[in-house]
Amino acid sequence: MATRKKPKLAVWKFASCDGCQLSLLDCEDELLEVAGQVTIAYFPEATRAVVRGPYDISLVEGSITTPHDAERIHAIRRKSKLLVTIGACATAGGIQALRNFGDVKEMIPLVYAHPEYIETLRVSTPISYHVPVDYELHGCPIDKYQLVELLSAYLNDREPNIPGYTVCTECKRRGTICVMVAHGQPCLGPVTHAGCGALCPAYNRGCYGCFGPGDGANTEALGRWLASNGSQPRDVARLFRTFTAAARAFRRESEAQERDV
Amino acid sequence: MSKNGTTQNRTLRVGLLARVEGEGALHVRVKNNRVVDAKLKIFEPPRFFEALLRGRNYLEAPDITARICGICPIAYQLGASHAMEEACGVRVDGVLRDLRQLIYCGEWIESHALHIFMLHLPDFLGYDDAIGMAAEHKDAVAMGLRLKKIGNMLMSVLGGREVHPINVRVGGFYRVPTATELAELKPELEWARSASIETLELLKTLTYPDFEQEYEYVALSHPDEYAVLDGRLRSNRGLDIPIYEFKSHFVEEHVKHSTSLHAVLRDRGAYMVGPLARYNLSFDQLTDGAREAAIEIGPGRECNNPFRSIQVRAVELLHACDLGLQLIDRYKEPTHPFVETTPRPAVGFGCTEAPRGICWHRYRIDYDGTIRDATIVPPTSQNQKSIEADLREFVTQHLHLNTEDLTWKCEQAIRNYDPCISCSCHFLRLDLERDE
Repeated sequence: MATRKKPKLAVWKFASCDGCQLSLLDCEDELLEVAGQVTIAYFPEATRAVVRGPYDISLVEGSITTPHDAERIHAIRRKSKLLVTIGACATAGGIQALRNFGDVKEMIPLVYAHPEYIETLRVSTPISYHVPVDYELHGCPIDKYQLVELLSAYLNDREPNIPGYTVCTECKRRGTICVMVAHGQPCLGPVTHAGCGALCPAYNRGCYGCFGPGDGANTEALGRWLASNGSQPRDVARLFRTFTAAARAFRRESEAQERDV
Repeated sequence: MSKNGTTQNRTLRVGLLARVEGEGALHVRVKNNRVVDAKLKIFEPPRFFEALLRGRNYLEAPDITARICGICPIAYQLGASHAMEEACGVRVDGVLRDLRQLIYCGEWIESHALHIFMLHLPDFLGYDDAIGMAAEHKDAVAMGLRLKKIGNMLMSVLGGREVHPINVRVGGFYRVPTATELAELKPELEWARSASIETLELLKTLTYPDFEQEYEYVALSHPDEYAVLDGRLRSNRGLDIPIYEFKSHFVEEHVKHSTSLHAVLRDRGAYMVGPLARYNLSFDQLTDGAREAAIEIGPGRECNNPFRSIQVRAVELLHACDLGLQLIDRYKEPTHPFVETTPRPAVGFGCTEAPRGICWHRYRIDYDGTIRDATIVPPTSQNQKSIEADLREFVTQHLHLNTEDLTWKCEQAIRNYDPCISCSCHFLRLDLERDE
């Protein structure tokens, strides 16, 4: 069997909390094995060594929020064969996309004494808004097993097995009692992308949508259901507007609810 | 610019400081053999959390503030929870407080193990990273990874997952663990306890730069315990205040080279938070085992060398394992997982010891629980001035080193603080400039 050259892996960061790249370091049992299969060519959180590009696979964390970063992502795309965005910031703009619903110029002086030192864009946008993306891993944070599955699929030349169904499906599989039906708690499970293993309902709370909208998410129907079960429009708007607020299906519904306030 | 050969001007530069959490750089300028400038630059894009919290419901604060940092989310979740509880006039005590300490033990174990083995130790052993180090020190790396995993297990059992736990709420938890779930963690924690001692033995064999400094240490202090969850703010130079007086004694400055604000003590300047501060202020309250190991294996009763903070972290690792075991032994499942809170117009404060130092919160909420304003002062912004002072002093003492070695040592001097730049804002870059 011909030996193949080890693929070069790079990990990049934009506006984010580092939690998604930490998920790679959190693969305590798999980390050394993964590291043996690839060359970790660029991963500042873990190493000071830098191997020059081009890179076979780039994992990109974080959203674009500065003019400099809007340039930088193009350079990264040019030197990456496969570009995978990891997490809610990179795939949907992240929590910092809450700025998109207001005026960021008004926010700067709330935090900084010298607004003139701060360079920032009006909106926080996902990576796919700027460059073509080959694959997206959802979640705030991503699920580390999905990341291992993705890398393993890449190394073995196959499609990753990452489902697009919703948290509801995972909840049923887990056998958790529905928090909405049984306890009347608002829950985004019916419209949220699977991946967390339906954690929140298993801990007696409604899903807050950190994996963003699942395939074909019918947020409008859920919005109506929540309203008819006693939720106030402003509460429903906030529910859709947290960690993946700029994802289309969630944004639309939060704006529709806001109009009803 | 060394026309006559006697002046030595150079700039030490690290464009992107590695093995820290977040994005930053370092820039040191040496002119005529004197350090004229030492800047820790932070160019993490601003994310405006304090502004984004306005208008949100008080119950959402623990989930939202967790996203400031993927490495120490518990520090944010608990600081925010405490502040909201105070605003509502509620105190969470007893077994729910114990569970909070236990999940914090998980965060300390995870974060300290990550920092000791993957971020800091490679510097001492001369490797670029833990993966390179694994070739010759496989057992140490494997031990570090298992320690880290045990911290993460505690986080997962109590919080649902290791990064951004979903089970921490204002008033307590959404669901509390069964006694059996916790008891199952004991064998691993027992192992972690002996691994922490082994870690201290390993760290004893390293060579440390001779670099004792005089710092004003600031940490939480509690009459009955090695303070983590709450207490008064104390320093080794006479500061002793309740947390709500923070703003009367500390000032946050906005400097041009950093998107993270610089906190200083009013009229006094730089101070240090984190493991060295806690250790030197509260040594006597470490668990018996941790105290004994610290004296027998190092670093001793007192430690003022920031390069030895790696040893202090290992002592705290042992302390967290001991404490975790004690908390599990006395655990009795509470009847209700959280204390009910009713919002009212008020201001609340919270301050806890993140692995890298105090993390201070203040929120004003309304009658319906809407957050009106928020201030959060993370540990890294408080340590920035101290980091810069260390660099200035370290470079001054080590000008004889060549630029490459000096630059690496400067990176290490920054990593002594385990700075979390996503917290402060996020990534560290080092520029060491010498015009020769």
